[in-house]
Amino acid sequence: MSNTQQLEDLTTQVRRDILRMVHKVNSGHPGGSLGCAEFMVALYNEIMDRKDTFEMDGIGEDLFFLSNGHISPVFYSVLARAGYFPVEELSTFRLLNSRLQGHPTTHEGLPGIRVASGSLGQGMSVAIGAAQAKKLNNDSHLIYSLHGDGELQEGQNWEAIMYASGNNIDNLISTIDLNGQQIDGSTDTVLPMGNIKDKFEAFGWTVVEIEEGNNIEAILEGMADAKSKTGQGKPVCVLLKTIMGNGVDFMMHTHAWHGKAPNDDQLAVGLELNAVTLGDY
Amino acid sequence: MKTYTNTGNKDTRSGFGAGLTELGQTNDKVVALCADLIGSLKMDDFKANHPERFFQIGIAEANMIGIAAGLTIGGKIPFTGTFANFSTGRVYDQIRQSVAYSDKNVKICASHAGLTLGEDGATHQILEDIGLMKMLPGMTVINTCDYNQTKAATIAIADHQGPVYLRFGRPSVPNFTPEDQKFEIGKALQLTEGTDVTIVATGHLVWEALEAAKALHEEGISAEVIDIHTIKPLDDEAILKSVKKTGCIVTAEEHNFLGGLGESVARVLSLNHPTPQEFVATQDTFGESGTPAQLMEKYGLNSASIIKAAQKVLGRKK
Repeated sequence: MSNTQQLEDLTTQVRRDILRMVHKVNSGHPGGSLGCAEFMVALYNEIMDRKDTFEMDGIGEDLFFLSNGHISPVFYSVLARAGYFPVEELSTFRLLNSRLQGHPTTHEGLPGIRVASGSLGQGMSVAIGAAQAKKLNNDSHLIYSLHGDGELQEGQNWEAIMYASGNNIDNLISTIDLNGQQIDGSTDTVLPMGNIKDKFEAFGWTVVEIEEGNNIEAILEGMADAKSKTGQGKPVCVLLKTIMGNGVDFMMHTHAWHGKAPNDDQLAVGLELNAVTLGDY
Repeated sequence: MKTYTNTGNKDTRSGFGAGLTELGQTNDKVVALCADLIGSLKMDDFKANHPERFFQIGIAEANMIGIAAGLTIGGKIPFTGTFANFSTGRVYDQIRQSVAYSDKNVKICASHAGLTLGEDGATHQILEDIGLMKMLPGMTVINTCDYNQTKAATIAIADHQGPVYLRFGRPSVPNFTPEDQKFEIGKALQLTEGTDVTIVATGHLVWEALEAAKALHEEGISAEVIDIHTIKPLDDEAILKSVKKTGCIVTAEEHNFLGGLGESVARVLSLNHPTPQEFVATQDTFGESGTPAQLMEKYGLNSASIIKAAQKVLGRKK
């Protein structure tokens, strides 16, 4: 897939999947999922060099780790629509006996997932380990990871950030979803984190900023830039400025939909704003 | 009764180091990680021989566990090394989510467990780690008794698919198990045959149990000593077979009685063959500074305590 329109159509369908998944079980995290929909679609369908089949070790392909596991709806939708498992299985999200647990896990054997996440702040360490395994295996492919901005409040991230530059982990592109929101409010009101770009640079990372993190072309351009900066002795951080709830107007620009599902009427509005493109599951 | 010879005191952590050195030569998938305690964990040789497979993480244990989990993705077998306290309690959620729940083949190797860490005191003397780790679904928990057994266990766990917690210690203790032993995870070792009382011990308490059995023998009491190196999965069969013969049991461990080997044994007994049991363990307390011998004496974790417990449990037999 390379056509921007195709990626946008897929994003619209992913938004529908997210809304329908969380609505059905009246739980889950639509806000951050919608905010990262363009990024995840672009990553899996254009940016990553990946195999069609799933093998845990992922030798000879790029790998992705989702650290902020609560945006599982977008992850599941993108994985299913990339062919890792049947799209119909999205209807089992958060139900008993489902492989689509509330937060992603390897425990139920869902193809596409390489580590459990949900308890925040652990994904970057895992991504670094996978990046070091790639180096040991002389595998030149890259490791991608995604983290929430609020998630950076977890101290383990800073252990990992310090380690990655100190050990020249230059086959890693860690993206921070800068939506400025977390459960209790804006990141600035909950715990101001100062200038995140300055912090990553002070820790020895190369930083790429994507100002329009919900614009497919901007994402493709920014990630190509990030990719070009790998292999130069430094880990690469992408600061992706997104709008939480993007594509569903009443969910945008607020933390209110971080972990809340739409009711029937709200779902109808959200779906109307995002007409079917590829077909619902 | 069968007796055992101490071939010379050695620390169990050096057994770990020797096992890791051997693995470095025999298994190129094995990688090692350490959080600024290379000398304490005896990982120097592995580091010197295989610098590309050794990762100095710095004082950042949470990051170490995560990196270890990541290294398995790509087929590596990571061995992490730090003190038992920092290997478990400090990083419990990282182990729970990134290793245990994620089914990652990480070997968490923990030195300086228990009171015998000595003078550093209670901040470093974890007595809760067996409980913490055995409660994690899928986690194998091993506590070795001497240098030779620790070396053999280190080598054996590399061939076991799945997360393992390997617990050992700092002090020099009698080395008495065979040098060429094959270590079987989950298989208890009957060290002496006896008919009056069963003593199941783990870690540093195994030698103390043998010393106790010798003294009991002189009093005319026949004690069957079982070395339980694997606390999970527990060798239920070996324990039940022994108590069906002796009718009473003492468990001995360098750990809190809550959550330790004793409780695991009690569960097996209550489900299958209710048996009087005495617990040689710390009594829901923190440790303190002192020499290892002083601490084991004060907290009742030596052969004298095992003898007393055996006499007490014999009195409870019907």
